[in-house]
Amino acid sequence: MPATTETVLGVFAHVDTTVRALEELRAKGYHDLAVYTPIPVHEIEDVLERDRPVSRVRLFTLIGGLTGTASGFLLTIWSAMQWGLITGGKPVASIPPFVVIAFELTILFGGVATLIGLVTLAGLPRFRRSPTFDRRFTNDRFGVAVHCAPERRPSVREILQSAGADEVRP
Amino acid sequence: MNDSPAASPTFADVNRDVLETLRPPGNLYLGWMCIVGLILTCGILAWTYQIYMGMGAAGKRTPQMWAMYITSFVFWIGIGHAGTLISAILYLFRARWRTSIFRAAEAMTIFAVLTAGLFPLIHAGRMWFAYFLLPYANQRYLWPNFRSPLVWDVFAISTYLSISTIFFIVGLVPDVAAMRDASTGWRSRIYAMLSLGWEGEHEQWRHYRRAYGLFAALATPLVLSVHSVVSWDFAMALVPGWHSTLFAPFFVDGAIFSGFAMVLILILPMRHFFGLSAYIHDRHLDAMGKLILVTGLVLTYFYICEAFTSWYSGDVFERASLFWKVTKSYAWALWLMYFCNCISPLILFSGRARRSPVVLYVVSILVLIGMWFERFNIIVPSLGHDFYPYTWGIYKPTIWDATIVIGSFAWFFILFLGFIKVMPSLSVVEVKETLPPPLKDAARAGHH
Repeated sequence: MPATTETVLGVFAHVDTTVRALEELRAKGYHDLAVYTPIPVHEIEDVLERDRPVSRVRLFTLIGGLTGTASGFLLTIWSAMQWGLITGGKPVASIPPFVVIAFELTILFGGVATLIGLVTLAGLPRFRRSPTFDRRFTNDRFGVAVHCAPERRPSVREILQSAGADEVRP
Repeated sequence: MNDSPAASPTFADVNRDVLETLRPPGNLYLGWMCIVGLILTCGILAWTYQIYMGMGAAGKRTPQMWAMYITSFVFWIGIGHAGTLISAILYLFRARWRTSIFRAAEAMTIFAVLTAGLFPLIHAGRMWFAYFLLPYANQRYLWPNFRSPLVWDVFAISTYLSISTIFFIVGLVPDVAAMRDASTGWRSRIYAMLSLGWEGEHEQWRHYRRAYGLFAALATPLVLSVHSVVSWDFAMALVPGWHSTLFAPFFVDGAIFSGFAMVLILILPMRHFFGLSAYIHDRHLDAMGKLILVTGLVLTYFYICEAFTSWYSGDVFERASLFWKVTKSYAWALWLMYFCNCISPLILFSGRARRSPVVLYVVSILVLIGMWFERFNIIVPSLGHDFYPYTWGIYKPTIWDATIVIGSFAWFFILFLGFIKVMPSLSVVEVKETLPPPLKDAARAGHH
């Protein structure tokens, strides 16, 4: 990112105009974008997610889930060994009933890890409102914020406007 | 389908209508709160009395040590299942009709599990020792017996509560952000804190969507496991009428059946009083009616299987237990259950009945009565008539445990009533997702 950048924000009322602006911006080589939508939109996602790996949240889930399975078996087997009492003629470390505990902990740890992943990756909680955010973006407007060098500002404005933005600022 | 695209609300309408549900409540709402609060107070007083007097106050004596408390525990856990089914399983199946009801159903799940969670505490008598259930390094090196289904239950229920709560709160974040931006003053500030600064930026959405799908994928096997584990509390024991491999699917199906009835009990007044007919259409009611019908028919099949295997096993105790259930002291409860769970949902074969709120409401109430009695019929008559005449016994409810059980309904409803006035009970984001996206170029409309 260059030392000085400016941000141009386009506010759109429609999905198709937003997508048109994004396609145009990407074609012209603007990749430093922030897109605000009231709902996740497939068309917008298709443009922005092109050539990007999927979110790493799933890695958190996997690691959390496996940790859960391991700790479920460890807890049950280890604690059963602490007091090696044979009941019902079954082995002290009897695996089938422990599967239940391991399963529950897989889900529990997997879920908590997913939450941690989501919060970390999505940058939550966010204490300061980003300057380009607008209250309408959680209602019915779509926002495209383009970070660019100051001299490119007119051309970005031009792209946003010709795509059909209701409002372009600054 | 009576909803033409022309009549469908816009994005801004959704925000406005959901905000409308959060307006200061009227007298009717406050009146209901007072009634529910009064019943809850009675329940709390009854519990206090029981703690003071001991478990005898609740009519607990051998062999009827489980009676109404475990009946209600299983009942409430079951209620929760429909919420997770709607929010997780139908999400994975991309069933679009779920969008306008899933938030209320999810809230119902959490409140139902919170209600269910009270019963082991109430039933334990000295509930301040409840932490004995948790595995922790205590000074005598004693650990829970992980071979006991009751310990599995602790893990299953607490995992279920945790995961449902996470799922619910994560689902709320973008909606609370929408409420933050739509409201003003102190409300907006509170929502701002609860929304964690959500802005709906693409970087947030891409992780959010992935995480949401993963939560749904985790919750799906979980919900099926929870009631299976609860059923093993019974099925792992040797008591005639309990010791059956049928129990896990039988319980899960019954749970979904009763849960949908409770969803309807909550949704129908919500739709009426909040004027949400634009979002909760007749086809949603129709879909839920169908699910109640299907799960009811499956349940009927399980009842037949249960009776048939008891008889066909040739086991004298199984047969005696069945005979006693069907004809003796608690036969009225069994036949009431058969009527409510097998006969009453049959009216939903009629399409008109499935679209009529009154019929659905009546059927739902009957189903809830039937499902409460199903658990009663599993627990009380089975324990009352096992292998040995010396251990047989009749349970009679007392005023104290009956008040506590009624109080639990008040606790559930007070949580739900509170929820619908402070949080968006209709998912802003998911409802918008089902609407046609705003397009400038009309030729592309309907592409989504």
